[in-house]
Amino acid sequence: MSAPTRPVSPRAVARARRRRAAARAWRDYRGQRSGMVGLVVLGAIVLLALAAPLLVDESALSVTQATGGRLEPPSAEFWLGTDESGRSVLALTLWGTRLSLVIGLTATVAAILIGTVVGVTSGHIGGWYGWVALRVSDWFMVLPSLVVAIALLAVLGRSAATTVAVIAVVSWSGTARLVRAQTLTVQSRPYLERARALGAGHWHQMTRHLLPNVLPLVLASATLLVPSAILMESSLAWLGLGDPNVVSWGSILNRASDNGAVSARAWWYLLPPGAAILVVVAAFMMCGRALEAVFNPRLRGEAP
Amino acid sequence: MSLLLVLFSSFFIFRLIAGDPIDQLTRERPVTPEQRAAMRAELGLDQPMWNQFLDYITGTLTGDLGTSLQFRQPIAELVAERLPATLLLSGTGVVLAVLLGFWVGTRAGWKQGGRFDRSQVATGLLLYSAPTFWLGMIAILVFARYLGLFPVNGMRSPSTPDEFLPQALDIGHHLVLPVLTYTAVVYAGYLMVMRSSILDELGADYLTTARAKGLRDAEVRRRHAVPNALLPTITMVFLAIGNIVNGAIITETVFSWPGLGSLFVSSIFYPDRPMLQALFVLFSGSTILAVLCAEILYWFIDPRIRKS
Repeated sequence: MSAPTRPVSPRAVARARRRRAAARAWRDYRGQRSGMVGLVVLGAIVLLALAAPLLVDESALSVTQATGGRLEPPSAEFWLGTDESGRSVLALTLWGTRLSLVIGLTATVAAILIGTVVGVTSGHIGGWYGWVALRVSDWFMVLPSLVVAIALLAVLGRSAATTVAVIAVVSWSGTARLVRAQTLTVQSRPYLERARALGAGHWHQMTRHLLPNVLPLVLASATLLVPSAILMESSLAWLGLGDPNVVSWGSILNRASDNGAVSARAWWYLLPPGAAILVVVAAFMMCGRALEAVFNPRLRGEAP
Repeated sequence: MSLLLVLFSSFFIFRLIAGDPIDQLTRERPVTPEQRAAMRAELGLDQPMWNQFLDYITGTLTGDLGTSLQFRQPIAELVAERLPATLLLSGTGVVLAVLLGFWVGTRAGWKQGGRFDRSQVATGLLLYSAPTFWLGMIAILVFARYLGLFPVNGMRSPSTPDEFLPQALDIGHHLVLPVLTYTAVVYAGYLMVMRSSILDELGADYLTTARAKGLRDAEVRRRHAVPNALLPTITMVFLAIGNIVNGAIITETVFSWPGLGSLFVSSIFYPDRPMLQALFVLFSGSTILAVLCAEILYWFIDPRIRKS
């Protein structure tokens, strides 16, 4: 505890309260086995992604410096065999982790930013702006995301940045609706009336009172957005709409199907990248469901 | 209203963001400014933007979708040709997934936390996490390449005699793997929705009453819990129509199924802008129509909405 001689500022009180709330949430989270499994798996994958340059040199990704033969089955030298130009599939998959994670995370952050801003402002300001924002997010929610993403990528050109932007554009609407609903609930509580009576402006109300209340929900929905962003990225890259200069799991599988890995029965070429997507997505889903159960007591004891 | 928004956004994406279509058409060839001007006049691009937009809207509404660049045929004809294949694949897949998902979801939710529940939720989670195209590739690898049970791709073999029964059997044979892949992916969502919807009903008073009347457990579930749990689920099913379209595009591409989804993907790389634009409008428009239908349907089946 802080020294009793110093007067405690309201900010410090708020900070201590938030720390206690976070500790409580963490305790609840630890009680959920699948959530912990997901967290441990994710931690291991992030470590692998960070350590990729230490484990395998980047030259392993270059087509011209490849040392193996064409579509070799697994051997002592290449644990997971080689691709059509003789590169190690293990090295490719390991390096693919980095891009897939980075794109999944940045796209989610972008989508969450758009969604939160639209959600809070539309819930708080209301009026015709709120109506239009609600309609637009409804519209985005219903549209088939892959169709919109393909159309946008087809006209914008292929690069990692456009992929991120496009995924964000097709996935912000769920967050916006969630945040808007939560904003409306918080809005009707007495302490906001008090804040208004004391002369708080829109900006103060939104940043000091509404945002802190919607953030936990946003966090839970973010963890569930990352897996769908990763799946979307891999689908787009598999269709051949990914950045042609980088390696991601989807682009590995795109080359695999373009080069007849299925008819060559090159199972070592197909299994690792796909299994990697599956594991990462499942781990994120487990964490997300556990978080949801922590922040939404109605579901407590629900996560498998 | 939403449909107009679709038309507007498709015009916006393909005409405004995409840039000058003439640059696209003449990328490989040297053209004089006079030729460019002639092409502009022919395609109506010399008109003001507002007129082009009106022309585009009236054209689409009267069924004139333009001409495909890669096939040199009216798009409406090509779409009509490909539509049955898509409907066959996604229709069969969705019906299977809905039936299976609802059935398993009900059973799993009824005994929450039981062994069946946990194993089914885990399966659902895995299926949901697997990328569609990868499942399809693995299915081809195992069932078509290694075991040789099913054809690799396409919808029919050229050698089949041209009579109804052999043709139908052949299409059915080609259909198995795509439908299984498609069902596996869409099924997980329905399972989870139905399960959580049953969970919402579990503690309800009317179930206790039904039990107190002496009804057997299975009867309580079938006659009382399921009908009530189905209501919210139906909205979810229709709201998830976007996923159905997404799944169809990927599945058709993996299995080279001659439907609208693979047409869409092949148009990306040609690049066949008019075709992309038409299919964009078609996919988005039909999704929005389906959701609209769901709202109307809901009004009929849920008395609470009608009264309020």
